[in-house]
Amino acid sequence: MNAPLPINGQASGDCAPVLKERGQREVFCGLTGIIWLHRKMQDAFFLVVGSRTCAHLLQSAAGVMIFAEPRFATAIMEERDLAGLADANEELDRIVDQLLERRPEIKSLFLVGSCPSEVIKLDLAKAAQRLGAKHAPLVRVINYSGSGIETTFTQGEDACLASLVPIMPRSAPDAEKSLLLVGSLPDIVEDQFMRLLAELGIRNVASLPERAVADLPAIGSNTHYLLAQPFLGDTGQALDERGAKHISALFPFGVEGTSNWLRAAAAVFDIDPAHVEAVLAPYQLRAEKALAHQREKLAGKSIFFMPDSQLEVPLARFLSRELGMVLTEVGTPYLHRGHLAEELTLLPGHVQLSEGQNVDKQLDRVRAEKPDLTVCGLGLANPLEQEGLSTKWAIELVFSPIHGFDQAGDLAELFARPLRRRDVLRV
Amino acid sequence: MQLAVWTYEGPPHVGAMRVATAMDGIHYLLHAPQGDTYADLLFTMIERRGKRPPVTYTTFQARDLGKDTSELFQDAARDSIERFKPDAMLVGASCTAELIQDDPAGLIEKMGLPIPIVPLELPSYQRKESWGASETFYQIVRNLVDKNIRPEPKEGLNGKRRPLVNLLGPTALGFRHRDDVVEITRLLHAMGINVNVTAPLGANMADIQRLGAADFNIVLYPETGEMAADFLKREFGQPKVTTVPIGVNATQDFVREVAALADIDPSPMLAEGQSRMGWWSRSVDSNYLTGKRVFIFGDASHAVAAARVAHEEMGFKVCGLGCYNREYARDIRAAAKLYDVEPLITDDHLAVEKAIEEAHPELVLGTQMERHIAKRCGIGCSVISSPVHVQDFPARYSPHMGFEGANVLFDEWVHPLVMGLEEHLLTMFRDDFEFHDGAGASHLGPGHSAAKAAKTETHSPTANDVQKSADAAPAANPTDGLIMWSADADKELKKIPFFVRGKARRNTETFAAEQGLETIELATLYEAKAHYAR
Repeated sequence: MNAPLPINGQASGDCAPVLKERGQREVFCGLTGIIWLHRKMQDAFFLVVGSRTCAHLLQSAAGVMIFAEPRFATAIMEERDLAGLADANEELDRIVDQLLERRPEIKSLFLVGSCPSEVIKLDLAKAAQRLGAKHAPLVRVINYSGSGIETTFTQGEDACLASLVPIMPRSAPDAEKSLLLVGSLPDIVEDQFMRLLAELGIRNVASLPERAVADLPAIGSNTHYLLAQPFLGDTGQALDERGAKHISALFPFGVEGTSNWLRAAAAVFDIDPAHVEAVLAPYQLRAEKALAHQREKLAGKSIFFMPDSQLEVPLARFLSRELGMVLTEVGTPYLHRGHLAEELTLLPGHVQLSEGQNVDKQLDRVRAEKPDLTVCGLGLANPLEQEGLSTKWAIELVFSPIHGFDQAGDLAELFARPLRRRDVLRV
Repeated sequence: MQLAVWTYEGPPHVGAMRVATAMDGIHYLLHAPQGDTYADLLFTMIERRGKRPPVTYTTFQARDLGKDTSELFQDAARDSIERFKPDAMLVGASCTAELIQDDPAGLIEKMGLPIPIVPLELPSYQRKESWGASETFYQIVRNLVDKNIRPEPKEGLNGKRRPLVNLLGPTALGFRHRDDVVEITRLLHAMGINVNVTAPLGANMADIQRLGAADFNIVLYPETGEMAADFLKREFGQPKVTTVPIGVNATQDFVREVAALADIDPSPMLAEGQSRMGWWSRSVDSNYLTGKRVFIFGDASHAVAAARVAHEEMGFKVCGLGCYNREYARDIRAAAKLYDVEPLITDDHLAVEKAIEEAHPELVLGTQMERHIAKRCGIGCSVISSPVHVQDFPARYSPHMGFEGANVLFDEWVHPLVMGLEEHLLTMFRDDFEFHDGAGASHLGPGHSAAKAAKTETHSPTANDVQKSADAAPAANPTDGLIMWSADADKELKKIPFFVRGKARRNTETFAAEQGLETIELATLYEAKAHYAR
């Protein structure tokens, strides 16, 4: 199980062999994505059809973020729901009625599948159809699965966005060429990108998701899409099936990634490269200035990524190429060769990539390696700190604005802070 | 199905984790899909534990279903025994694994493993976290205790030995369990009693084996310890002490109960001066605490104990009492009768929020959820019960049990209130520029009270938009045709200190409505004040 396996049986030139492991995984399930998705899509409500464990996960992962009544909840299945599926469906209808009565402002309702609902084969697609018909036209009902038996952490967003693709309107065959940014970004980052794209001269830009599900953009063969997140394999496939075209690029982390990402879009829209460079130059300069401060602290320091969000490969590329950090192992829950193609070619040759997880064996490697910094989930951070190893909570990389030029410094700071804290403490 | 935005208790396997994590050398093999590992962070982040919980999750995926989940389970069992070398292993299923019916207990039995195994049946779709902890601890005791160990004779060659007790119930992630155990152990030592075993917190397999050596058991936390204590009573005839020693009076009752079972004189421990709490409460500064309305919600044992302290030792008025764990609802009902309030038995925090708003308390004693509710309503709050967050695991020593615990309760409950001396100053200087409404109480830091006071008003059900507009435009009340404030009355209302103004407004409006008045005149304000005088 420990032996490195080349993917697809052939050694490709783009990176080192990948260590594939099975065992205990210390990762969240896809339900966790609801925590940021419900903030992003403000007319949507996420109803998990699951167990008390699901509800407990959401509140634990979110901390207690209940300052107002949140737009997510769990329909907790009980003993009698397991007796027969007919009853479970009836119960679900009752819960949805109750919910919509209480929250009349909801325009889109996501029924989110969980491990227990998948195992008892509760058909949420059918339920969404039934409930959608019942509550049309006021409420649209959509379904996807965030279950742990199928999805890891950010794959929940992938499943959610993929569920939206089939209901995006079709654009006219002769529609003007348009750009679709895919992946939920904090509003401030999304606005920055919109301004930059406008400066570059790209018009017709839309996002998936938009801030309201009701505003889903049209899509067709004239749509070119640019992934803002590296974990959107199924969404990409669904977009391909609708005729949209993928723009291959680095992911927009750091100066190099953001520049490459924007250049790739500009090329598709036939923007004069000289104009592109003229637009990007001041942003690049500003970002490089911000990075210079952090480079002093991070250069030469070693870093180990435990698998968490699938952001690991692009972040490792950024840390290694722009901040001079030394990569030891870069673990990711799932390695999407296609979407990461450009990223993988830029990783240094010696790096150990790993996919999947056997957490105990991986922790053995962390202890052997003694990296200066280990990126890991919340369940592992304090135990590693207790052993004298500095850690960075991976979840912060998902919840904080880290994309683009103006967040490059902040992104580097997230890695520098644990090291700096270690230096300043005398206790 | 039950619609839940937030839950007071996790699933029962989290309760089992609280027991396993509290103990040494006990590993928990949990048949579960990926994602259930989230529960680790409760211990490593909220409680700041420096070790991972001793739990191995089998981590099955969709593609394993119907094929080799049982093999996965057996592999995980072998691997975790080899890696962690536990003295004993708990095996069980989380909610999803329960549905695939792999029968962990049966699978394990077939393997003939070299260590004792405690199989757990925790029905996820019926039961919750506290029950899961209680059942797990009970199963550990039932499976591992050495039935041949009995108490030594009371009189030996070296004279009379000290009485020996077990402390049962403290777990990982328990509210103040760490410090309560220290405090009660000290108290017992001072009484001349030794602790045989504290469990589950800090206990190992050898400790569990020798539980029978104690003369009797003390159940510190009935929610997690009572099932095991009942078993030990049946099996060994060990009596159990069930008084929860929270507050001076309950601690004294506890001392009497323990002393009676141990056959020792309780009087030294009942003497004045064991706790400062009584004097702190009788001293004149505390006059202002009299009749403060307090709403109490938590697990039943903590809520009942807090109500007694609030009523007898602080001089508060209990205006609401409830618990989220139905298993102990009877205790809450009995206590609610004492204080003449409706018992609130619910695990729906929205129902709790509604009850709090309706009760108009001046202080809320609750869990982390009531802290959030109280914050929203602009009411002071102190935490008395699980579930709690990271700030409720303080670095300092701060038990809630025993005589020192009573001191801690006084401090923690008084802190969110405006202090007596300060209340007088605020009244005297209310027109002073530094004591304007927005300045707030000094101990709460800047920017606290103005927003809070406004919020209190807007959140009360009898209050509505009237109040916001009344503040903006005195005596004008465009949105509510029922009750108007005259300019004089409104001006007078503003002279009332901000922290009681909301109540004064509500009382006056309720009074006016009862009297069928359309306008609140200056006199109405004072008539209402006289009407509600206490």
